[in-house]
Amino acid sequence: MDTKYTLQMKNIHKVYFNNKVLNGVNINVKPGEIHALLGENGAGKSTLMNILFGMPVIHATGGFEGDVYINGQLVNVKSPKEAMKLGIGMVHQEFMLIPGFTITENIKLNRETTKHNLISRLLGSSLKTLDKRSMESDARRSLDTLGLEISEKAKVSGLPVGHMQFIEIAREIDKRNIKLLVFDEPTAVLTESEADNLLKSMKKLASTGIAILFITHRLDEVMDTADNITILRDGEVVATKKKEETNVSELALLMVGRKIERNVPSENRKSSEDSEDIMTLKNLRVSMPGEEVKGINLSIKKGEILGIGGLAGQGKIGIANGIMGLYPTRGEVYLKGKKLKLNDPKTMIQNGIGFVSEDRRGIGLLLDSSIQLNIVLTAMQMQNKFLHKIGPITQINNGKVKRHAIKMINNLDVRCQGPQQLTRRLSGGNQQKVCIARALTLEPDILFISEPTRGIDVGAKKLILDLLYKLNKELGMTIVMTSSELGELRSICNRIAIISEGKLEGILSPFDSDVDFGLMMAGEYHKFHKEEA
Amino acid sequence: MDRSIRELMNHLGLPRIIIILFFISICIMAVFLGLPTDMLTNQVLVRIGMNGVLVLAMVPAILSGTGPNFGLPLGVICGLLGTLISIEMNLTGFPGFFAAIIISIPFAVIVGWVYGLLLNKVKGSEMMIATYTGFSVVFLMSIGWIIMPFKSPEMVWPIGKGLRVTISLGERFAEVLNKLWHIDAIIPGFGELKIPTGLLVFFFILCTIVWLFLRSKSGLALKTAGDNPKFAIASGINVDNNRIIGTVLSTVLGAIGIIVYTQSYGFIQLYQAPLMVAFPAVAAILIGGASAQKAHVSHVILGVFLFQGLLTIALPVASSIMSEGNISEALRMIVQNGIILYALTKVIGGE
Repeated sequence: MDTKYTLQMKNIHKVYFNNKVLNGVNINVKPGEIHALLGENGAGKSTLMNILFGMPVIHATGGFEGDVYINGQLVNVKSPKEAMKLGIGMVHQEFMLIPGFTITENIKLNRETTKHNLISRLLGSSLKTLDKRSMESDARRSLDTLGLEISEKAKVSGLPVGHMQFIEIAREIDKRNIKLLVFDEPTAVLTESEADNLLKSMKKLASTGIAILFITHRLDEVMDTADNITILRDGEVVATKKKEETNVSELALLMVGRKIERNVPSENRKSSEDSEDIMTLKNLRVSMPGEEVKGINLSIKKGEILGIGGLAGQGKIGIANGIMGLYPTRGEVYLKGKKLKLNDPKTMIQNGIGFVSEDRRGIGLLLDSSIQLNIVLTAMQMQNKFLHKIGPITQINNGKVKRHAIKMINNLDVRCQGPQQLTRRLSGGNQQKVCIARALTLEPDILFISEPTRGIDVGAKKLILDLLYKLNKELGMTIVMTSSELGELRSICNRIAIISEGKLEGILSPFDSDVDFGLMMAGEYHKFHKEEA
Repeated sequence: MDRSIRELMNHLGLPRIIIILFFISICIMAVFLGLPTDMLTNQVLVRIGMNGVLVLAMVPAILSGTGPNFGLPLGVICGLLGTLISIEMNLTGFPGFFAAIIISIPFAVIVGWVYGLLLNKVKGSEMMIATYTGFSVVFLMSIGWIIMPFKSPEMVWPIGKGLRVTISLGERFAEVLNKLWHIDAIIPGFGELKIPTGLLVFFFILCTIVWLFLRSKSGLALKTAGDNPKFAIASGINVDNNRIIGTVLSTVLGAIGIIVYTQSYGFIQLYQAPLMVAFPAVAAILIGGASAQKAHVSHVILGVFLFQGLLTIALPVASSIMSEGNISEALRMIVQNGIILYALTKVIGGE
């Protein structure tokens, strides 16, 4: 075999219960190459990685067909431990670190450098003393490789999320024989600046000769870092491209296999400045950890789609959560001139304010309940709908619930086996539609929707955005959409408010220049324009 | 056919299938060892009825998010108190039985409410706190039973102070439910079948009431609060209040449960007797397919049948295999605690 590749996977087939999930997949990674693996949810990326790491699930379901070569050697990886011996490392999406241990201890866990002492000579090598100094110098070297300037003696528990990711990487590269590192959606939990740092150090690692396999959803990151890109769709490789030969829209197209048209014609989106106010926020302060809101004044106009944008951690997420009463909130909120009681979700729902949370699986859904119960539950509790009443005794009206759920499933095009299916079994996009259906069942005047497309594949994203646009146009519903993806806000909103450091930086039209958006997101807009004046 | 069997197996979950197979094999052994099957069947039926309500008490607690109610002794003590007051009022038969229930309910509501407030303060470690709250209250009441001013000569020690350890209900309401609409039939080839209809009907009525409650607006709010507290808050549901409602209901059912139990048993036992009362009940519902977060009324019925069935039949089977003298009590403990242990390791439950 050719030894110039670190990893070669040839003609991989995998069948799960008569269901073909991988069909003749080939992938080649050279030393020092960053190879991106793209694909929608369910395209077969995780199965491919499970095969590479010899996860038990593969062998329990009848193994796979095809060959895996590491450095030109045909290998048969039977367990993750063997994969580790072969020099394959994985950086997990969720951190596998022990918070109470120091960075060094985490990096060196189970691979400690030790020296003999009196007792260990008598009772065996498991009682050897740790050689702290050499462990720390090893850890330091790994951290330096990544350009991380924190003490190797610090405890992991107090570190910011971004640093934890780096420690995971440091642990992998500390293994001397490491040849191939797999990054499984490493930037999913990071802020943009942290993600930038991570991508930089990936490049640095690659320059030392380590091959990197990079799994992600974010196309711009791929364009930024990868040398080669393999796109999977429905278990098949649809294309392997050099970065220079492609662009974001082509990648997106290859990934979903259909053309994406996002932008709603601009003539349909007038500025909503002149409409009357439906809701006014005065000096809103929300103490939501990590997304603190520090005094926001904002009016929401009737019938508009208001976008709330900004960088992660600046407080944009806190606004909707604060208004709904999920985190301690101060300030004043007026709905059509009437002052609302804060910190009380019940008041808000009963005043016609709907909310779709950014934490879909945590707050948005009852994962072990049926779709229909998820859809009607809030309306039942708050508005006494969908109930039979016999004096003080109430019973759920299952017929009505089912009819309503089926109507919603059809209207929103939820792909499911029926209204009885548990929401846990749905894909991210369909779960989001159930969340929206629940909010719509309340027939709200204002709908707050946070990060509506987070963790959803490209095809479903468009459906969700189209749906929001349709609700706004056809039902005249006022929508306040919070999102980290500026492109998405600019594609459907009338106005976009940018939040920076917990305060309103400014309101822009979706057709304003990229420069203005960039400056506002960075909190430099006013400074810049003042200087200009 | 093949598919429907597989679906049923998935639905039940492996632990339940193992227990059911174990139960069936023990039943077969009992027949082969020539044990009196009619008597065993009758015993199983009685024990399902007498323990059922105590198991049912687990449902609202689990669903409201406080986990299996290891604090069941609290409800049991309220039930015992109701029974004692009913005897003190010199009531007999059905009036005595229902008076005991009606008197115990206000106690159970107040105790359950306070206990609910406590559980809201210790979110995340309810099971451990509940177990020790139950233990502490049993010991506190050991003092209580001595100093309470009951006068009825049936209940107090002839000399000295305080209530007796065991009080007979023979003259009061022993077996009132068991004897209600009692069916007694001789079946050729099987023997004498005795069905305690009233007892089973009473159990099934309470099951139906709980089932209906869980389909009501407040029942669904309670389930939501237990299933996903954050979702509940975002839907305007008061999670803490619903946890208290669940605890109160569980405590009330515990009180009713022990009254049903004692009327069938024929005695009430005070002092340390209620100490371990929660464990068989928790084990039964877990064996029935519930988990620490999910429970249905169907889990109660299946669980109490399997647990009490195993207990009743495994013992004579075991002691007829090993017939050395006094081993049966030791065997009873091993079998009972073995099943409880097995159930607790399977908290995951079926679907």
